[in-house]
Amino acid sequence: MKKARPHVNQNEGLIFEHSSPGKRAWQLPPLDVPEVDPAAALGGDHIRESIGGFPEVSEVEVVRHFTRLSTWNYGVDTGLYPLGSCTMKYNPKVNEVVARLEGIAGVHPYQPDALAQGCLKILRLLSGCLLEITGMEAITLQPAAGAHGELTGILLVRAYLESRGNPRRKILIPDSAHGTNPATAAIAGYQVENIRSNALGTVDLDVLRRAVTEEVAALMITNPNTLGIFEENIGAIAEILHARGAQLYMDGANMNALVGMVRPGDAGVDVMHLNLHKTFSTPHGGGGPGAGPVGVKKHLEPFLPVPVLEKGAGGRLRLIHHRPQAIGRVRAFTGNFGVLVRALAYILACGGNGLKAATQDAVLNANYIRKGLEDVYDLPYKQPSLHECVFSDRLQAGHGVRTGDIAKRLIDYGFHPYTVSFPLIVHGALMIEPTESESKEELDLFIEAMREIAREAEQEPQTVLAAPHTTRVGRLDEVTAARRPILRWQEPIAE
Amino acid sequence: MSYPPNYRYTREHEWIRLENDTAAVGITDHAQEQLGDIVYLELPKVGDRFSATQPLGTVESVKAVSDIYSPVTCEVVDVNAELAAHPELLNQDPHGAAWLVKVRLADRAQLDGLLSAEQYEAYIAEEAVKSDK
Repeated sequence: MKKARPHVNQNEGLIFEHSSPGKRAWQLPPLDVPEVDPAAALGGDHIRESIGGFPEVSEVEVVRHFTRLSTWNYGVDTGLYPLGSCTMKYNPKVNEVVARLEGIAGVHPYQPDALAQGCLKILRLLSGCLLEITGMEAITLQPAAGAHGELTGILLVRAYLESRGNPRRKILIPDSAHGTNPATAAIAGYQVENIRSNALGTVDLDVLRRAVTEEVAALMITNPNTLGIFEENIGAIAEILHARGAQLYMDGANMNALVGMVRPGDAGVDVMHLNLHKTFSTPHGGGGPGAGPVGVKKHLEPFLPVPVLEKGAGGRLRLIHHRPQAIGRVRAFTGNFGVLVRALAYILACGGNGLKAATQDAVLNANYIRKGLEDVYDLPYKQPSLHECVFSDRLQAGHGVRTGDIAKRLIDYGFHPYTVSFPLIVHGALMIEPTESESKEELDLFIEAMREIAREAEQEPQTVLAAPHTTRVGRLDEVTAARRPILRWQEPIAE
Repeated sequence: MSYPPNYRYTREHEWIRLENDTAAVGITDHAQEQLGDIVYLELPKVGDRFSATQPLGTVESVKAVSDIYSPVTCEVVDVNAELAAHPELLNQDPHGAAWLVKVRLADRAQLDGLLSAEQYEAYIAEEAVKSDK
């Protein structure tokens, strides 16, 4: 194990458990205004004497508490984070510097347009960059995440079809799709119909032709799909849909394989979302809110959520809040502005050539891993891989070792696991996406670890089945945690 | 586990058992085995109507979430309340105590379009060969 070795880290309870009455981490200056009785000001009913179980700790205890917890963590700043479909690329620190600039960090969303021209210019510039990258014709930056972008996009499709007299009933979704796609369609009031992939792992045009009727509102396709395979027939797919008046939605979660190489707009896509927290290096999930801008073709533009950014007289930028056909608002103000700033910082720092090189490196890295592992792990679909590769646990399953076991063992080797058991069309899937961020050295360490685990699975399966061995906690009881979760701390009853 | 000969089965791994005027619907042993430990279920309400192959609920395991498709066009007349508190019943007794809903059929003839136990077993054997190749 070249990458990892055990090291001491400290136990840490919940912050509530550090509490003792009267400890403080703050000090207020003497009161220099007349004291007001809160009960008199707010009414007695709104006042309570104490907050039950509220932790009382000192400053150093708070700092140590969170610092200790942070040492248990594994992040993209620790090492390779090959979670397939998530594009866990490095988030350059310059993004953070830019987002903290005073004029950007301190802007208030209610600031009049006239006093926020710089920030509006940021939104306009980012919109322009994303339109150029995707080949779409209009965009909203509001949605706060990928699935939120999907919902916005499908609501746009519905509004457009309604304006033509019939919203239609069904959304088609390939069986290799992200799980959020069917959820989106259902929430937008559509029935979901699954489309079986062909033996190559891509959309079967004959199956699609049969499925596209006048009832179909749209097909939601991910390209490259969740197998990391490019849907080469995307142009033909668009034609089949358009011939019956249906729309083509593209889930842009895997845009990291296309930026600078292929523009979905050129391939006939009508509406798509981007995940700025994947492709454009803004923080993921717990690291901060996301952003899922939605790009559309001209015919969908009248329905975009408000406010919409416009250039008025004298080049002044302004937000237009009233548009008769808009689907309404999908998020407060203009979306997660701080995230949008980070994405723009990344795009401008990379430049066009840099973005293209990032795409090529992401694909190269995935193929390097594929080549390094394909003799010891089963590769069910042999089409060329783009930004990720999907193996199955078929060869290891004979020894009782499944994808989840291999993932747990990988933690011992110092890596975050890959995506387990997804996509569903591969039984026992190992979905690996290295991104362009990784050096050859880090990839070699990963390949070596995975090869060593394959050997263990064959020669000493118990080592893999009982993993992880070196972590703070061993295998968790995931079933009980899911069936009977304990979701909040409760104060111990005094004896 | 064996597949009762008096049930009918779908390619989406549901079963249906006729009981006088109504029928019980559940998921097959093969389905629960593929899903692994089941932790959560979402079921319809009494009075809900479904057409054949429409999703009537979802089942969630540690590994995956999956739709449950209505085998026939029907109206729900009863829901197995026991399962909310004890989803593990689906792993323990999928063909018996863990029935999901009871339904009134719109058209009994639809049952003829479903698989027999023998056909279903042949189907899952064939699927296993496919995924193993």
